[in-house]
Amino acid sequence: MMTFQEIKKSFLAAIWFMFLTFPIMVIKVNTIEKTIEWHWWRMAAVGLGAFGLSFLWRYLIRRKEAGKRKAEVGGEDKQTLVQRLLSNPRFYLPGLIATAVMVVAFPFVFSLYQTNIMITALIYVVVGLGLNIVVGLAGLLDLGYVAFYAVGAYSYALLNVHFGVSFWMALPIGAALAFLFGILLGFPVLRLRGDYLAIVTLGFGEIIRLVLENWNEFSFGPSGIANIPKPGLFGIDLNLQQSTTFIYFLMIALALMTIFVVRRLQDSRIGRAWIALREDEVACQAMGIDKTRTKLSAFALGATWAGMGGVVFAAKTTFINPTSFTIWESIIILCVVVLGGMGSIVGVIIGAMILILLPEYLRAFSEYRMLIFGVILVLMMVFRPGGIISDVRRTYKFEGLGNKTENKSQ
Amino acid sequence: MDYFLELFLGGLTRGSIYALIALGYTMVYGIIELINFAHGEIYMIGAFTGLIVISVLTLLGWNTVAIIIIAALVAMVYSAAYGYTIEKIAYKPLRGSQRLSALISAIGMSLFLQNYVLLAQTSNFLPFPNLIPEFGIVKPIEHIVRSTEIVIYIAAALVMVGLTVLIKFTRMGKAMRAVAQDRDMAMLVGVDVNRVISFTFVIGSSIAALGGVLVASHIGQVNYYVGFIAGIKAFVAAVLGGIGSMPGAVLGSLVLGWTESFFTGYISSDYEDVFAFVFLVLILIFRPAGILGRSQTDKV
Repeated sequence: MMTFQEIKKSFLAAIWFMFLTFPIMVIKVNTIEKTIEWHWWRMAAVGLGAFGLSFLWRYLIRRKEAGKRKAEVGGEDKQTLVQRLLSNPRFYLPGLIATAVMVVAFPFVFSLYQTNIMITALIYVVVGLGLNIVVGLAGLLDLGYVAFYAVGAYSYALLNVHFGVSFWMALPIGAALAFLFGILLGFPVLRLRGDYLAIVTLGFGEIIRLVLENWNEFSFGPSGIANIPKPGLFGIDLNLQQSTTFIYFLMIALALMTIFVVRRLQDSRIGRAWIALREDEVACQAMGIDKTRTKLSAFALGATWAGMGGVVFAAKTTFINPTSFTIWESIIILCVVVLGGMGSIVGVIIGAMILILLPEYLRAFSEYRMLIFGVILVLMMVFRPGGIISDVRRTYKFEGLGNKTENKSQ
Repeated sequence: MDYFLELFLGGLTRGSIYALIALGYTMVYGIIELINFAHGEIYMIGAFTGLIVISVLTLLGWNTVAIIIIAALVAMVYSAAYGYTIEKIAYKPLRGSQRLSALISAIGMSLFLQNYVLLAQTSNFLPFPNLIPEFGIVKPIEHIVRSTEIVIYIAAALVMVGLTVLIKFTRMGKAMRAVAQDRDMAMLVGVDVNRVISFTFVIGSSIAALGGVLVASHIGQVNYYVGFIAGIKAFVAAVLGGIGSMPGAVLGSLVLGWTESFFTGYISSDYEDVFAFVFLVLILIFRPAGILGRSQTDKV
């Protein structure tokens, strides 16, 4: 009987989706020539697809709920395969070496095109780790993060156009300017929380982009800035292949530095203050943490990485204009952080790789790639809401104390 | 004076449009505290469905007034169905998990819907015929306000009144208020929370669809991307007024509409959106919970 009911449910789902997609899928209008095309076969496809997929959907939902119940009963933190592999030294070391070899060999093995994609992915790793400080650690939802990215990119481009500042000079300047902008944004939003904060940061991002677009005398407007020099290497002339390889290794170094610094920050006094702030603002203040300073430092330090990422972005593409810094960019960076697993460094790296490489390699289905991307985002969140690698909460175990009770600090 | 009046009415039009979308945002937010990013897309789907119905019925040679009314109704039904389905697929399984996860899911849904319409229909702007008849009364002031705009005002006002009645005086409205205050407690006293949430999505989506058809008639074109910008603006309006509060959403929308209109009219049209956002930031600095929002005190 069970199966009959299942079939009935799927049948109803199929009917529902055929109804739902009827006008948009079946009737294609051309209001200029005033003609209408009917695509009835699409309706059949939707029906069949919905019929099949609804079985899968219910099966996965059931599995997820069974998993949740098991976790509640067992009470033990379930670690994922990746986490277990990472914590096991026998896999950890060879894994690290293999990754290192792969990373070094990458630009020599793969084509220029692949290397370029990888550079983009690495920029997102750096920027994602920066946003991870703001969103993942301090728990401040920032929807205008791309503004700092734009600050970095434009500071290099403009300083270069007007004063001929080189890449290496621009990198710290861009980072410092982004830092300042982080504080500038941080001040007005100190009192805001949750979604109000999100919308103000979104507004801030849009303000920066719109100013860049409209203030022609300052930023050259929508036409952007072209011919931004690539980073130099002690004055040696590099051809396209070499300079791409050079930027690739530069990004690797920057990414490693970011990982190192973020890791150290996470375990530092200020990092713990961020986490405390994320967990409970009131309790955090009661414990004597300066809320203003903590929030401002999160914004400013997060912004710094975006600024550096922006400088490299400008150097890599050699051309920037305001359309590279729309709100979609902020959303993609946020997706990198959340998809990978908030607060987790490995998670953010994997998230950046997936989100940047996937659309690139989905180019084979170029028309459908954004559609698939949207579906993946939804499915990921429905079935793994904590991200690919969820941050493991630091727990303290007291062992050998009398009756050997395990206390987990919450 | 005429110029002022023109700007005032233009702002009112914008405000009413924002209000029709912002109401759905704020309703959903009030109930499940989710920024429904796909709400703008529902508005866009409403406009598209309206366009499709209009095209088909025009080919059949129906009366224009009948066509626009039927188109609006069909669009509302379809958008409501979309809102219902989206909630079931993308948000319901995420209830109880982190709020950011639900936000990402909403963003994914928004991307999906945009590309779904793009692939099934077209990426070009489609002209949207304005079938709303010119009223005789409007003739003398035609240079200031068109009858489409008057229809938008009336629709927005009716929706507001209707929603107030729904929330204040019906059983469902009471249940919605209860769920908004405390979901668990509402469940304990026998409120079917799932039904209330679905109902909220259905109502919010159909209002957005009504807005979609009216705005498309007013502007005269539609494409797959119109929902995104409109959604962002409406969300700004909802936050400006105090998210979760319905009068707040309307007030925020009107304030945003007027500031934009007067700013573009008197100062500069280049920085219109900049001004809107700066205004938002300023308001939120002095009233962190929006114009009508109550600031929450934490219970420790």
